[in-house]
Amino acid sequence: MKLDSRIPEGPLAQKWDKRRFEAKLVNPSNKRKYKVLVVGTGLAGASAAATLAEQGYQVETFCYQDSPRRAHSIAAQGGINAAKNYPNDGDSIQRLFYDTVKGGDFRAREANVYRLAQVSKNIIDQCVAQGVPFAREYAGYLDNRSFGGAQVSRTFYARGQTGQQLLLGAYQALERQIGLGTVKMHTRTEMLDVVLHEGVARGITVRNMITGKISSYAGDAVVLATGGYGNVFYLSTNAKGCNATAIWRAYKKGAGFANPCYTQIHPTCIPVSGDYQSKLTLMSESLRNDGRVWTSKIKKDGRSPEAIPENDRDYFLERKYPSFGNLAPRDISSRAAKEACDEGRGAGESGLGVYLDFAEAIGRLGEKSIREKYGNLFHMYEKITGENPYKTPMRIYPAVHYTMGGLWVDYDLMSTIPGMFVLGEANFSDHGANRLGASALMQGLADGYFVLPTTISDYLARVKPGAVDTEHPEFKKSEIQTAEMTRKLLAVNGKRTVDDFHRELGKIMWDDCGMARSEASLLSALKKIPELRAEFWSNVKVTGSSEELNQSLEKAGRVADFLEFGELLVLDALERKESCGGHFRVEHQTADGEAKRNDDDFCHVAVWEFKGTNQKPVRHEEPLVYDNIHLATRSYK
Amino acid sequence: MKLILHVWRQKNASDKGKMVRYEAPNINPHMSFLEMLDVVNENLIRQGDEPIAFDHDCREGICGMCSLTINGRPHGPERGTTVCQLHMRHFKDGDEITIEPWRAKAFPVIKDLVIARDAFDRIVQSGGFVSVRTGSAQDANALLIPKENADKAMDAAACIGCGACVAACPNASAMLFVAAKVSHLSLLPQGQIEKEKRVLNMVSSMDQEGFGNCTNHYECEAACPKEISVDFIAHLNREFLGADMKSKS
Repeated sequence: MKLDSRIPEGPLAQKWDKRRFEAKLVNPSNKRKYKVLVVGTGLAGASAAATLAEQGYQVETFCYQDSPRRAHSIAAQGGINAAKNYPNDGDSIQRLFYDTVKGGDFRAREANVYRLAQVSKNIIDQCVAQGVPFAREYAGYLDNRSFGGAQVSRTFYARGQTGQQLLLGAYQALERQIGLGTVKMHTRTEMLDVVLHEGVARGITVRNMITGKISSYAGDAVVLATGGYGNVFYLSTNAKGCNATAIWRAYKKGAGFANPCYTQIHPTCIPVSGDYQSKLTLMSESLRNDGRVWTSKIKKDGRSPEAIPENDRDYFLERKYPSFGNLAPRDISSRAAKEACDEGRGAGESGLGVYLDFAEAIGRLGEKSIREKYGNLFHMYEKITGENPYKTPMRIYPAVHYTMGGLWVDYDLMSTIPGMFVLGEANFSDHGANRLGASALMQGLADGYFVLPTTISDYLARVKPGAVDTEHPEFKKSEIQTAEMTRKLLAVNGKRTVDDFHRELGKIMWDDCGMARSEASLLSALKKIPELRAEFWSNVKVTGSSEELNQSLEKAGRVADFLEFGELLVLDALERKESCGGHFRVEHQTADGEAKRNDDDFCHVAVWEFKGTNQKPVRHEEPLVYDNIHLATRSYK
Repeated sequence: MKLILHVWRQKNASDKGKMVRYEAPNINPHMSFLEMLDVVNENLIRQGDEPIAFDHDCREGICGMCSLTINGRPHGPERGTTVCQLHMRHFKDGDEITIEPWRAKAFPVIKDLVIARDAFDRIVQSGGFVSVRTGSAQDANALLIPKENADKAMDAAACIGCGACVAACPNASAMLFVAAKVSHLSLLPQGQIEKEKRVLNMVSSMDQEGFGNCTNHYECEAACPKEISVDFIAHLNREFLGADMKSKS
């Protein structure tokens, strides 16, 4: 596997300009001869599809939901970062770049992150022009707030529904193109394979989720914007349908998988309440602007939070990280909460929770002001828990939220399979080992509106349009293999349900490869996962047939892939013998329990190559070169 | 707690469909309504029966995918709540609960509780956008918008496109859905240029899709999980009247 990151030469600030100038262009009258298949219609996919269609390409898009407006980008709450420096508080492209690289614990590619910071400003302009109702000040200017891992206010927001409003902006741009006939949309359609011809991506194989029909689509390029793999942990803040099938099956066709062990555990989620729990709900990080995180100083303190006097409270983030306080980055805040609970100082019946308290902010700003800022979040909390957070502190606990790893891409966002591009959470490129809050929306839209539409022309200009169609034997082969897997899943007819297997896998992943990982726990997971996978294929029960809407069959295919992918995640965690960002190895920590990186041996991207079923994958390295920033020990103290 | 469920089962679009009775023992009051259905489905699968098909995804009240009519009310008894955020603590031990899909001509049933809402996407295609090409935008702060207008636009833009308004309306009208999008964009300066064309096209598309007319029952507002106000329907009517008169003059 050849890993050529194709980062343009020259000074950091000029690389993107240089790339844009050097990229080959497709003549406007030739664009309509090229077809691009876009899989996934969240922020990255919808913005890319709409923009490519505006430019004149033929576009076909695919999503598993009933409408592109449902993609899980919609659930992002807090905001989107941009280096606008409207508050005049010292922000700049350079600072957003630096904060992002530092937040990612120096494991992201410099050139990609710099470009992200550069285009961040254009994203806000574009979204405002679409009519995204961002929060405003009384004078009519855009309002900003601060977010974890930054000391400037660079986050734009639309109440607690920023992801929703940005996604609807992209969705409306996409629907406009569908109406104009330049995009053909396939909803309730799940991608199950990528089709290669002579090593180049030429199309995809999909299942129509209503009729069960398996068919293929050919294109001149394939774009995967299919999101992250957090649901390998079963319980996460992801939507129930989020899955790794598209990127996993692309990996099995030759796409390198980068840094799968980088998973983000978000500190502010509503704690688990029982075994029936189907998902976890995030409380936006923006709450940490005004909420103070604390727990009792006393072990097994059974008192209600109101009854615990100030002296017995440990505001552990403020204590440990005085300069960032409650706005310490996610990985650090999550681990601090876990430590407090591991010491037996957790809140609530389960002891797995800490308090997020607004009493001080309500006293200072008044309940009305807090309600204006966070009303919908407080409302949501009350609905789920039955407790009123204006009166009593919220209880929160960390939960799997985002995955920084993903398919390896070069500077142009192309994977190791020529002609296959990967955007948004599905790729690995911008967040290193930990993503800062309000940066996922920024990256998804940067990739979709600005980066891919520029870089894809350089690829397309070099290929002949429509070279292979779905009559080609490679497509037929892919369809037959895909149908065969469906048949196999239905044929097992065992005793355990798909969810049952998924829950067990999730427990292995969380216990052995969650917030703290050790060699022993990882080796234990590497033993348990293949056993569970073997049991799945001999004892899973999937009812119904393949020629109809069959939700347990859909889930079965996704869980089958998670049972393979989970092993790769653990393997990557085992091989990365250092702690960095969201990847915490207990063997590698400082005297005061902070993550200890090993830059001498691990300042690289780990990229895994598939070598066949039941064969050990091969680990490749892309060295990370820092020409512009000094590799420092991350400190938020 | 123990519940009796009466659930709409329909094999596919052409099947006639019927209500089927299920028992749901051992339900924990902290479960969400959909988690309760998960438990029922797991038991059905173990018995070799087909689980009840229902749409859901984010399970945090924002994607708009879940769409169950519970005891005759879209999204169930709690105001301002999607089914996925409705918890079993709002029911009593021994309750009998009927669960049906959205009922509307424009939302045909695909299977059991799963319906097709493509009509909403087609209404948006007809005009629910600002026609701005990527890259053409001016600096974001070059356009000042009074906070009150931005806030009001956001109130309308909070619509999650679930279709509960249609399911609740005796006429199966999509007026609240259309009004929310028309109002969101026409309250902002960005939406002014296309506002007449937008409202005429969206209303005409709504009629073509087979949604009914608004006769002021306000059931839509009561059912809306985002509590979007019927005032926006008045706003839509004003926009429509103005645009219609102008187009005919």
